[in-house]
Amino acid sequence: MPFLELDALSKHYGPVKAVDDVSLSVEQGEFISLLGPSGCGKTTTLQMIAGFVDATAGRIRLQGRDITHAPANTRGLGIVFQSYALFPHMTVADNVAFGLEMQKVDRAERARRVEQALALVHLDAHAGRYPRELSGGQRQRVALARAIVIRPPLLLLDEPLSNLDAKLREAMQFELRTIQQQVGTTTIMVTHDQAEAFSVSDRVVVMQSGRITQIDTPYEVYEHPASEFISRFVGKTNLLPPATANGPQRHIRPEKLTLKPAGQGRSDATVVDRFFLGSQWLYHLESPLGPMVVVQVNDGSPAHAPGTVVALDWDDATLRTLPEGSR
Amino acid sequence: MSDTSTPRARSAVWLTLPSLLLFTVVLLTPLSLTLLLSFNEYDAARGATGGFTFSHYAAIVSDGYYLEIFLRTLRIGLITTFLCVLIGVPEAYILSRMAAPWRSVFLMIVLTPLLVSVVVRTFGWSMLLGIEGPVNMLFQALGIGKTRMLYTEGAVITALVHVMLPFMVIPVWTALQKLDPQVEQAALSFGASRLTAIVRVVLPQIMPGILSGGLIVFGLAASSFAIPGLLGGRRLKMVATTVYDQYLHELNWPMGAAIAVILLIANLIVMLTCHRVVERQYRRRLG
Ligand SMILES: Nc1ncnc2c1ncn2[C@@H]1O[C@H](COP(=O)(O)OP(=O)(O)OP(=O)(O)O)[C@@H](O)[C@H]1O
Ligand SMILES: [Mg+2]
Repeated sequence: MPFLELDALSKHYGPVKAVDDVSLSVEQGEFISLLGPSGCGKTTTLQMIAGFVDATAGRIRLQGRDITHAPANTRGLGIVFQSYALFPHMTVADNVAFGLEMQKVDRAERARRVEQALALVHLDAHAGRYPRELSGGQRQRVALARAIVIRPPLLLLDEPLSNLDAKLREAMQFELRTIQQQVGTTTIMVTHDQAEAFSVSDRVVVMQSGRITQIDTPYEVYEHPASEFISRFVGKTNLLPPATANGPQRHIRPEKLTLKPAGQGRSDATVVDRFFLGSQWLYHLESPLGPMVVVQVNDGSPAHAPGTVVALDWDDATLRTLPEGSR
Repeated sequence: MSDTSTPRARSAVWLTLPSLLLFTVVLLTPLSLTLLLSFNEYDAARGATGGFTFSHYAAIVSDGYYLEIFLRTLRIGLITTFLCVLIGVPEAYILSRMAAPWRSVFLMIVLTPLLVSVVVRTFGWSMLLGIEGPVNMLFQALGIGKTRMLYTEGAVITALVHVMLPFMVIPVWTALQKLDPQVEQAALSFGASRLTAIVRVVLPQIMPGILSGGLIVFGLAASSFAIPGLLGGRRLKMVATTVYDQYLHELNWPMGAAIAVILLIANLIVMLTCHRVVERQYRRRLG
């Protein structure tokens, strides 16, 4: 029996199909990311699981129990809202303690766990402040602490790290992953950052205008995207002309292309522009095959200047053809 | 900030001048005249005779008759405010939860008492509560028997609550509009019951709205005139009706002025105290 099961779940606002026929099985202890462009229905899906949006059709089952229309306050989930929804009249510590208070955890234990949760999100020094005295990223971390402190069986996170700097975000991703592994918390996280979805999830659910278009491990989503849209949403891609007259379009990821001295590869290309990304160089090239994007590791060797002619090469095993008719 | 030499500050002075003038002419001038009048000597045969005396204030403070009137006014003001909070806050909350077409309809209904002239409205109440009125007929039909309701504090308070409710509902409604509905949902998500969510999360956030509504209601109720005048009758006097009587029946203008000044000061003290509390309690949290 799956831990959480969404069965043909839909939410329609008049003619708008915010969520359309979504089915998903989540196992106990799994970390799932909902990935998709803005407005594709991620928040609506999460809110239906949380019980704040009433499903138009379909069922939600949590540990075998049908909770489709159960009141939100009987579900016992930990939720981070996209807008944080902190209690503005309570201090940071009181915000985090609220859930424990509702669970009737005694005072000493409460204080201990609040302190622990605040330390986890690096906010122990701000326990006495009110939300309006915090920065956006600090508020977001209070929301996160407030949700994890109650140790819920299911965590619903709506873009919980969107406002954090890269370093803090990585630290929080690590903490979320640790909690999930140590406590076995099942986690569903909404994000539109593909790198975040890839780095923390067991499986990625890609959504597009209210529908699920792919459910796979991060590696599979990246390497074998179900459509060109997904392929472009989760990374950059180059189109190669078909091998045969009416064969399928072929795709290759920028990092799978290598640059060689002119004349030594499969096709010559001219460097149009280059971007320094720190650990990598990103090149835009013009070639007889069409425009190409190439990513090369910054291994210390000098970069190719714009105007230089180089050669493109690749391993045929890294070429992908997309399923017929997918766009 | 108070530097008047900058062009900005100077234009501010010019721009506030008209309202400042209006304020001085229509408010400060009559107020200071009243204040001066309250220190005038009074002679039963000749009226206010000028001069300077504290005797009216001394009389008010030492005479149990006036003390009773002040206490009654305070009591009626407090009970009215309390009832308005009790009815108005849930009313505003329910209003804010209503679906779109009904919400505006019911908001209009809440506001109707303000659209009817106070005299008409009060006569309506006196007919309703009169000894032969519909309420008494109902009482009789139910076997309770006729009850004298006119000229009681109950009648005055009922009519006051009726007209003051909008002044309670509107600030609370405004405060509720500013709330993020997801904050209440967050409370529910932690397992709070609906009631707990309201008491612990919604109420504290709309407290400034409740307090300002309460201040308006108290101020208006404590200085109300038409309603106690018509429904309280001659015996059940409140401060404002006493002032009126002093001016127009006793013709003791200085005494009337002195009572009016004390009412003003008492009202000011209540308002400022409440304001201070609001500032201290909610400034930091809710901004
Ligand atoms: N209350 C509502 N009434 C009408 N349409 C709505 C309502 N709530 C959401 N929608 C629509 O449903 C769709 C999905 O919204 P949702 O908030 O789930 O998107 P999302 O994937 O979370 O987007 P984002 O990444 O921008 O947060 C959007 O097109 C939105 O306009
Ligand atoms: Mg969203």
